[in-house]
Amino acid sequence: MNNTVDNGKRRFLTTAASVVVGGAGAAAVAVPFVTSMLPSAKARAAGAPVEADISKLEMGQQMTIEWRGKPVWIIRRSAESIKMLASLNDALRDPDSDIVSQQPDYSKNPARSIRPEIVVLIGVCTHLGCSPTYRPELAPEDLGSEWKGGFYCPCHGSRYDLAGRVYKNMPAPKNLEVPPYYFQGDNRIVVGEDPQGVA
Amino acid sequence: MFASLMEWVDARFPATKMWEEHLSKYYAPKNFNFWYFFGSIALLMLVMQIVTGIFLTMNYKPDATLAFASVEYIMRDVNWGWLIRYLHSTGASAFFIVVYLHMFRGLLYGSYKKPRELVWVFGMCVYMALMAEAFMGYLLPWGQMSFWGAQVIINLFGSIPFFGPDIALWIRGDFVVADATLNRFFAFHVIAVPLVLLGLVVAHIIALHEVGSNNPDGIEIKKNKDKNGIPLDGIPFHPYYSVKDIVGIVVFLFIFSLIIFYSPEFGGWFLEADNFIPANALKTPEHIVPLWYFTPFYAILRAIPSVANSAFAGVLAMGLAQFLLFLLPWLDRSPVKSTRYRGPIWKIALALFIISFVFLGYLGTQPSAGLTLMINNTTLARIFTAIYFAFFILMPFYTSIDEDNAVPDRVTMK
Repeated sequence: MNNTVDNGKRRFLTTAASVVVGGAGAAAVAVPFVTSMLPSAKARAAGAPVEADISKLEMGQQMTIEWRGKPVWIIRRSAESIKMLASLNDALRDPDSDIVSQQPDYSKNPARSIRPEIVVLIGVCTHLGCSPTYRPELAPEDLGSEWKGGFYCPCHGSRYDLAGRVYKNMPAPKNLEVPPYYFQGDNRIVVGEDPQGVA
Repeated sequence: MFASLMEWVDARFPATKMWEEHLSKYYAPKNFNFWYFFGSIALLMLVMQIVTGIFLTMNYKPDATLAFASVEYIMRDVNWGWLIRYLHSTGASAFFIVVYLHMFRGLLYGSYKKPRELVWVFGMCVYMALMAEAFMGYLLPWGQMSFWGAQVIINLFGSIPFFGPDIALWIRGDFVVADATLNRFFAFHVIAVPLVLLGLVVAHIIALHEVGSNNPDGIEIKKNKDKNGIPLDGIPFHPYYSVKDIVGIVVFLFIFSLIIFYSPEFGGWFLEADNFIPANALKTPEHIVPLWYFTPFYAILRAIPSVANSAFAGVLAMGLAQFLLFLLPWLDRSPVKSTRYRGPIWKIALALFIISFVFLGYLGTQPSAGLTLMINNTTLARIFTAIYFAFFILMPFYTSIDEDNAVPDRVTMK
């Protein structure tokens, strides 16, 4: 044996080489397994637009349809409740709907809707994904005398107004999301697609 | 005949050697009390969950359109299916009761302290794997609580900054909790996690048998050995403790059977009423709570207010609450193991910790806006969360200044 050979260095190099090569191999092998858990082509393709007939929707009534596995609410609001929305602005976290991801541009307005009387919202709380309850009544016992009607999440107590705007100091960080939608004539609504002419 | 057969085997496989090392010549302290039943009972529960689980998979269908009905089919039409299902679902709660008592024993007698740090760490890993196992198993009946519980817990991962939404999507395998989620949770619940669990349990026991069992006096029996090298205060695990544990197991099974046969849902604590309604993605139940064994951590999660528009602070606190348990062997600076000989500060701290853990567990089942003893639940949860964390974070200080008592040389038989 030649005494000048640094065996420690050799051992380090062989270890380092096998760790690097083995690690790269393991990482490469992990890719197909890890990515197989992402949504499949079928899951990504699902989500076609859905239609609803709103001719029988009465004043103050809520209807729920399913789009992409999520509840979508359609509610006919009264003129008074729309007028009242502006008076709540100070108590809300994002009264002017400035968070872009939460609504398409055509519903970034005070009533958060295309037609003020019809509001369309994805009924999924922006906190941890429960579906809030529609509570249109004024000042019910459990929600307090300040309650002006809106949505209450049973899971962690987040509160939203009738335009799906979240109140301040709630667990939920954002307003309820408005899906892309448009009207076909007076009484049909298509959820899941933007109106024509909007990219 | 048998002797020569064993001789033949022993020349090829260490059967007698393992038998002696782990049972007939494993010397355990002679002063084990009531608290030392729970390790054996936990092992029994593990076997029970595996056996009942195997038989459930023979009739269960991991498909979102079939799962709920297949569980009802097991309950109504499969011979003895109701018993096998209840043994499994109520058994999960029994398993956690046993594990919590087993962990409390460790706290009480300092069984996590040197040289048993790794016994404790492996045990904590078993506990974490059990929680993952229980969470994923709860989705399988595809009831309302299954669905919405999974929705909330998976969305917790979604609150991690930057990567959160992608991680949640990856866990679900779809944009909402759906068939893909159910199918993969089934795979994790019946194959992946049980394999990890078994490995961890083996590691837990090997580490224990390497260093030897602690005891209610917290004295190392290996310090006093006779001329053959056998601890003076030790007795062979088999037959002494194997026989004693049978008594404990019989008493346990007696109580367990009473619950299985007369109150398997235990008033909603072991199986929630809302879970007998099929999952409905469009409607959240009025009041959703996790099962009782998660509620202490769930209460901590809810007690932390959202910071910078994100629930992440609460998620972090919940993770930290569990992580601190891992660090216990290094946070406790006292040279004395057993609470019997430890000072007043430790005794008070331990009592406060247990009280806060139990209360957090209760608060986690209650609406956060409600009142308990005339006090707002969120305020109470914040107080107990503070105590929970103070127990660990202040531990290096109070355990160093505490006035411990003298520890005897030999075990006592109190």
